[in-house]
Amino acid sequence: MSPSTKYTEYDAYAAADEEAAEGRVFDVNGQDWDQVVSGAEDLGDERLVINMGPQHPSTHGVLRLILTLDGETVTEARVGIGYLHTGIEKNMEFRTWTQGTTFCTRMDYLSPIFNETAYCLGVEKLLGITDQVPERAQIIRVMMMELNRISSHLVAIATFGLELGATTVMLNGFIEREYTLDLFEEICGLRMNMAYVRPGGVAQDLPSGALSKLRDYLDRMPKRIQALRKLMDHNPVYLARTKDIAYLDLTGCIALGVTGPVLRATGLPWDLRKSQPYCGYETYDFDVITEDTCDVYGRYLVRVREMEESLKIVEQCVERLQTVKGPVMIEDKKIGWPAQLAIGADGMGNSPRHIAHIMGTSMEALIHHFKLVTEGFRVPAGQAYAAVEAPRGELGVHVVSDGGTRPYRVHFRDPSFTNLQAVPAMCEGGMVADVIAAVASLDPVMGGVDR
Amino acid sequence: MSSQHPEQKAEQAADRLPAQPAPKPQEQPIVRRGMFGAKTTGDTSGYGRLVVRQAPKVASPRPYGGPDVTGEPGEFDEIADTLERSLSGFDDAVERVVVDRGELTFHVRRERLPDVARRLRDEPDLRFELCTGVSGVHYPQDTGAELHAVYHLLSITHNRRVRLEVACPDADPHIPSVVSVYPTADWHERETYDFFGIVFDGHPALTRIEMPDDWVGHPQRKDYPLGGIPVEYRGAETPPPDQRRSYT
Repeated sequence: MSPSTKYTEYDAYAAADEEAAEGRVFDVNGQDWDQVVSGAEDLGDERLVINMGPQHPSTHGVLRLILTLDGETVTEARVGIGYLHTGIEKNMEFRTWTQGTTFCTRMDYLSPIFNETAYCLGVEKLLGITDQVPERAQIIRVMMMELNRISSHLVAIATFGLELGATTVMLNGFIEREYTLDLFEEICGLRMNMAYVRPGGVAQDLPSGALSKLRDYLDRMPKRIQALRKLMDHNPVYLARTKDIAYLDLTGCIALGVTGPVLRATGLPWDLRKSQPYCGYETYDFDVITEDTCDVYGRYLVRVREMEESLKIVEQCVERLQTVKGPVMIEDKKIGWPAQLAIGADGMGNSPRHIAHIMGTSMEALIHHFKLVTEGFRVPAGQAYAAVEAPRGELGVHVVSDGGTRPYRVHFRDPSFTNLQAVPAMCEGGMVADVIAAVASLDPVMGGVDR
Repeated sequence: MSSQHPEQKAEQAADRLPAQPAPKPQEQPIVRRGMFGAKTTGDTSGYGRLVVRQAPKVASPRPYGGPDVTGEPGEFDEIADTLERSLSGFDDAVERVVVDRGELTFHVRRERLPDVARRLRDEPDLRFELCTGVSGVHYPQDTGAELHAVYHLLSITHNRRVRLEVACPDADPHIPSVVSVYPTADWHERETYDFFGIVFDGHPALTRIEMPDDWVGHPQRKDYPLGGIPVEYRGAETPPPDQRRSYT
């Protein structure tokens, strides 16, 4: 008998009265630090185990760090996660393949487009339609991903500045991110959690005027990134807090599965966009940024220079979008849904033309629409793994189908989840203040970690 | 299907048609009947007679080819050959090899998993130095192998990927841990234990990672419902979805 059948008989409060396993516990409620200090003195123990988080402002989201301190030195660091677990993978098993994008976009909420694209690439691989996705859709995907990379890296740098006490960096980073989110809003109606990339293409084509907005953005952004670099690159306070901090070399990164900017800051030019291209990345001209310092400063430099490379890619996308016309969703009507969307006053929905067609002129189209919306399409049985280079590293998706209209199992290999394992390796033996810098340089997003 | 005529035989060989026809889906156990989970009232969905059978367990014949399907021996054959050379008792360790959708999967017997993983990591011609996670899958109908752990390995040196799939029965949910080979599998194995109840023997600290420590049950299993679980919040109660509203 498996234990899972007993969940209804389970008394959640049965173990509430149990005492801590070891040592004396102090509850800190503010203005009582003297009591803690005198209490610790009475114990005659130099070792102090403290919880940093899950509600500490310096931990990204609800990350809990359990630090064993000897004075200011961290002798042991353990990471506690799970406070933001929402069961997205389980939920996706109860919705159609298309509806899955709406769930997985909410995982890593700073890089929604990457979540969607990884998932859609997996589903397309299962369907065997990777080659049939229209070129225009691929260009839009690449453009959206690179814009998203810029906005995600901006938050990484902005929050990093905030955690080190630099409000100016935070404000500047978030202002620029705001402009990027405005573009998302312009293109798909939503600033976050867009569910814009769908199996077979993207939900809808660019609205008129989007290209000129993109060009304004491209004119503005290089100067703004330069301004940010001017503020940060040679700032003595910033350098003191980041140089030679949280060292993790190539061996450590590979053993711990760390990818993304952290890996590239060790000097290895590993970028899935170059090494295992998807969505046509092999046709774009850009460089893989590396640094060889293996420290927090190197990771910052990789991020900030990657934004410049991303701008180059976006520029090429805008150029191509002027000439490459055509559909943005696969021709196959049995898969291509929703492909008839429009943005109305109240957001995105079925276009009035499509509604007039199914409600007024064609009963077959109505039946087809109804079947696709309620039942979805079938995906041949099997499994596939697709990976994209997300801002934080390799975002992999393992999709399993049993031949039905809903995923049998979807598992995301989120880079934040894997990278967080490196926290003990980066922090132990260092100072408490450097823990903040180390965690911030990993840039974990708890929505992606806990899913 | 297969003909005795030598000319046709040669043609079939050229087409690489399977000598034995694939097992008929009728022989597979039934996974599901009907649609939308409707069981109580009359069949208004029109799907009442639908029978969904489990996908058969297939094994790919040689040559395995590569990520691009060409029919010629490719990098998947190189991987399999190198592994076969360096691993004693390859046929005993690898139950089946499946090439599907441009991906290579080794179905490994659980006792031999650390051995196979170590070979894949250390052999210079293989060098799968990065493990990109462990994923669990629950197949309640697959008697004797209900729980699967799926490992995705990546070779940065050779720019290749390979998948290992290991199965264990629900009654004895033990799989040897690969943390000693791939330290990054630490959290991934904890996650798979948390969600599926697979016990990874030899893991340094196999505890729950996403769910609370005192949680009962493993949520990603197919026999675990979506919603309707008593929550640890005083006074709060969420009934199962099918009992949430009643207008009597």
